Amino acid sequence: MAEANLVGGVVGGLLIGAASVMLLLLNGRIAGVSGILAGIASGSPGDRSWRVAFVTGLILGGVTWALIRGGVPLHLQQRMPGLLIAGLLVGMGTRIGSGCTSGHGVCGLARLSPRSFAATAIFMIAAIVTVYISRHIF
Amino acid sequence: MKTDIIALLTGWIFGLGLAVSEMTDPARVVGFLDVAGEWDPTLLLVMGGAIAVTLPGFFAVLSRSRPLAAEKFYLPDKKDIDTRLMAGAAIFGAGWGLAGFCPGPALVALSTLSPEVLIFVAAMLVGQLLASLSESRSSLLLGVDDA
Repeated sequence: MAEANLVGGVVGGLLIGAASVMLLLLNGRIAGVSGILAGIASGSPGDRSWRVAFVTGLILGGVTWALIRGGVPLHLQQRMPGLLIAGLLVGMGTRIGSGCTSGHGVCGLARLSPRSFAATAIFMIAAIVTVYISRHIF
Repeated sequence: MKTDIIALLTGWIFGLGLAVSEMTDPARVVGFLDVAGEWDPTLLLVMGGAIAVTLPGFFAVLSRSRPLAAEKFYLPDKKDIDTRLMAGAAIFGAGWGLAGFCPGPALVALSTLSPEVLIFVAAMLVGQLLASLSESRSSLLLGVDDA
């Protein structure tokens, strides 16, 4: 892995935080990506368009940075079927656990939600253990 | 319509933040999670930077009676730390550690047009639907009361 991305990390974090505050201030919504995504399929029709717009914005954010930088780094950690299994786990886990890194990690912690503190601690530990097993044991 | 434009704009800023910080690169994420290897602190800076804004920002916003462009705040109403929350977080963490993708960065990484990212996102959507189907027997609405 290359050097830590110190400036990009801080600037990116500030942008993520600013976007989350704006979404709450203006639309009254929590910027939890897994929940926003899931609501496209399960929510009522009138509740769908803003979710599609947010997800479209996410992808356009990636496109914008790729255009500025002439591409973005992407080092995949899994091939098939690992990618498929990981995707299923992330999809199921974020539904069952009501959120992901953004909803629990960024927004929930800021709301001082005990549920989000618990969820963030658990998914961090589970991910660290998973990486340890896959990188240092097998 | 107005809330859609706001969502598009905030989604774009959010996605730009994930791209600028390179959270869209699974190597960055796994580099952070690999505490026994060559540790990469970038993810910590991203979360720290984000929470430095959301902590005071949410406090100020939630002291208002309502948002500017909507009728009310849509906040999660669940309070208890139950088995579902803990099991779900553990399952999510396992998948996150395996691939180095969580939902936001995976969606932003679709912009690379990588077929592997597309497979991951498709599997993630299937996983969400499977979890929703299994829960819809016991409760009605999903995805609207998230943390």
